[in-house]
Amino acid sequence: MLEIKNLHARIAEDGTEIIRGLNLTVKAGEVAAIMGPNGSGKSTLSYILAGRDDYEVTEGDILYNGESILELDPSERAAKGIFLAFQYPVEIPGVATMQFLKVAMNEQRKARGEEELKTPDFIKLVKEAAASLEINPDMLKRPLNVGFSGGEKKRAEILQMKLLAPQLCVLDETDSGLDIDALKIVSDGVNALRSPDRAVIVITHYQRLLEHIVPDTVHVLYKGQVIKSGTKDLALDLEANGYAGIIEAAA
Amino acid sequence: MNMQTKPPHTAAEQAIVDSFAEMIGQLPGDAPVTAARDKLLSDISTSGLPTRRIESWHYTDLRNLMRDLPKPGKGSATLAEPLVRGSLVLPMVQGQSGEPSAPEGLELEPFMDLLVSGAAAKSLTARGSDDLIGQFNGAFVQDGYSFTVAADTVIDEIIEIQSVQSGGQVHSRYAASFGAKAGATVIERYLADTSDAGLSTAVSSLELADGAEVTWIILQGCGDADQHLGQLNARLGADAKLKLYVINAGGKLVRQELHVEAAGEGAHLDLRCVNLLAGESHTDVTLTLGHNVPNTTSSEIVRNVVLNRARGVFQGQIRVAQIAQKTDAQMACNTLLLSDDGEFAAKPELEIFADDVVCAHGATVIDIDHNHLFYLMARGISEKSARGLLVNGFVDELIDELDNEELVEALETLIEQWLNDHG
Repeated sequence: MLEIKNLHARIAEDGTEIIRGLNLTVKAGEVAAIMGPNGSGKSTLSYILAGRDDYEVTEGDILYNGESILELDPSERAAKGIFLAFQYPVEIPGVATMQFLKVAMNEQRKARGEEELKTPDFIKLVKEAAASLEINPDMLKRPLNVGFSGGEKKRAEILQMKLLAPQLCVLDETDSGLDIDALKIVSDGVNALRSPDRAVIVITHYQRLLEHIVPDTVHVLYKGQVIKSGTKDLALDLEANGYAGIIEAAA
Repeated sequence: MNMQTKPPHTAAEQAIVDSFAEMIGQLPGDAPVTAARDKLLSDISTSGLPTRRIESWHYTDLRNLMRDLPKPGKGSATLAEPLVRGSLVLPMVQGQSGEPSAPEGLELEPFMDLLVSGAAAKSLTARGSDDLIGQFNGAFVQDGYSFTVAADTVIDEIIEIQSVQSGGQVHSRYAASFGAKAGATVIERYLADTSDAGLSTAVSSLELADGAEVTWIILQGCGDADQHLGQLNARLGADAKLKLYVINAGGKLVRQELHVEAAGEGAHLDLRCVNLLAGESHTDVTLTLGHNVPNTTSSEIVRNVVLNRARGVFQGQIRVAQIAQKTDAQMACNTLLLSDDGEFAAKPELEIFADDVVCAHGATVIDIDHNHLFYLMARGISEKSARGLLVNGFVDELIDELDNEELVEALETLIEQWLNDHG
C-alpha cells in the first residue's frame, strides 16, 4: 500500500535535511510502528506523508497504491484515503466541529465522485461514532478543538478517522497526553478500524501504546533513516535496553 | 491680516445645498424644526464637507470621497423577509415609515410626527462642528421611528427596523428609549432594492435606563454603489448593558459613528464589529466611548476582512473621566488582509484621567493561519473551501457570542453568502 523509496527531505525554509534516505514498505492490513529517539524525524515523516509544504522532498519517492503522491496537495492525499492523526490537533476558533466534519466528509465524497451525505444520515453517523469513543455530544457543538482537553483532542482525531474511513492511517504520537483510560478508548477505536485493506502507521516513543495496538512490524528511525526493522519483539527490546545498542550496531 | 478664503463648493457640497433648496416646504416640521434645519444646512454650507485636516475625519476625507449626490430614486421599494422569522418589522420603505402594530409594552410613533409637532426640534443639533452626519441628517431628516420599551418589560420578538432603498436620498432617525430593567433586541438593517446609487443617513439615539439590557445590531447591507452615513448615540444608565453589533457588508462609502456614554455605575458596553470589505469601497467605523462614572466596563472587538482594493478604518476613542475609578475597558482590532491592495487603518485613542483603571488596546493584521489551513486540508477539504471556512470562522467567533441561536444562524448565513459572493 505504501512504499517509501530512498526518501530525502528538508525543511523548506532553511534547507535543514531531516529525512536522509528513508526506505519503508507497509502492506495493506499491516500495522507498522515507527519508533525512534527525539529528533529522528518521526513527526517530519508523518507531515511529509500528509503533504505539509513546510518540507521539500529532494530525492526519492512515496508510492501510495503504486502511484507517486508527491505532487498532490494535502486535501488530494486525504481524499485518496491518507489520514494523519495529529500529535497536536489544531484549535480553530469560529469553526464549529459539526460543520467541519460535514464539510470534510462531503468534500472527500465529492472528490471521489460520490454523493453528498444527507444531514440526518450525517448526524446519525457522527452520533454513533462519538458514542463509541465516549465523546460527549456537547463537545461537538464547540468550535473545533477549542477548549478540548488533551485527551478530548486525541479522541476527536480518532472520531475524524472513523468518520473519514481512510485506507492509510498515520497516528503521530497519539498516546502523548493520554491517561490510561483514554489510551484504552483511543486504542480500541484504532483496533476497530483494523482491516485487511487498511494499513496503520503508529508513531510513538513508548512501548505502552503498542501493548494496546499490537503492531505487525516495528521500525526504528534514526537520523532520518530506518536503521532496523523487526517484529513487535523489537519494541520490547527497545523498552528494555534503549536505542543506544541499535544505533551503535547500525553505525 | 489673517483672512481665510473659503474654497469653492465641491460638486457634492453644492448638490447638498441645492437639494435643500429644492426641498423647502416639503421637509416636515414646525417653525423651530425648520429653523434648526436651516442652521444645520448653513453650517454645512459654511464649513463644507470635512477633510482629513479635521481630526475625527482624518482617515475618511469626505470632501474628497463624496463626489456627488445620487439621482432621485424610484418612489417605491420592496421589503425583504425579516432576518429572523417572526420578528416585528418596522418598515422604512424609501425613507417612509409604516404602521406596524406594536406588542404590549412597546410604544411606537413615526418620527415624522415628532417633526411635524416640533417635539423633535431640540434633537436637531450637531454634536460639534465636526459632526457632519448630525448636520446632514438633521437638515434633511424626513421620518423614522421613535419607540419606548416600558420599564420591566422584555420584548420577546426581535424588532427589525428595515430600511429598503431604491436609489435617491433617504434621511432617517430612530429614537429608542428603554425603561428601567427593560430588555429588547433591535436590528437596524439597511438594504438596497436596486443597483442604482443611493445615499442614506441615519441617526439613532438610545437611552438605556437603569438595569436595561439591550442588544442593538446595525446590519448595513447597502448596494455596491451606495453611500451610507450612520450615527448611533447611546447613554447607559446604572447597571445598563448594551450589546452593540455593527456588521458592514455593503456600500461604496460608509461611515458608521458610535458615540456611547457609560453614565451610570455598573454600566457595560460590548461592541462587536464585523467589517466585510471588498471592491473599491471605503468603510469607516468610529467609536467614542465615555466612561464617565466609577465602576463601568466595556469590551470592543473589531474584526475586518479586506479583499480587493477595499479600505477600512476603525477609530476607537475611550475617555475615562477623573472620577471614573475602576473602569475596565478592553479594545481589540483584528484585520484579515486578504489582498495586497487592501488597506485597514486602526487608530486607538485612550484619554485616561483616573488612576485606578484597566484599559488595554491592541491591533493586529494577519493572514490565514498556515497551521489551520494545513489541518483542514489534511482532512480532505480543498484549499479554497478551507480558506473560506477560516475566514468565516474569524468573524463568526464574534457572532457566536449572541445568545439567540436563530439570530446567530441568520447572521452567519449572511456572512457566508457575502464571502462566497466576494471571495
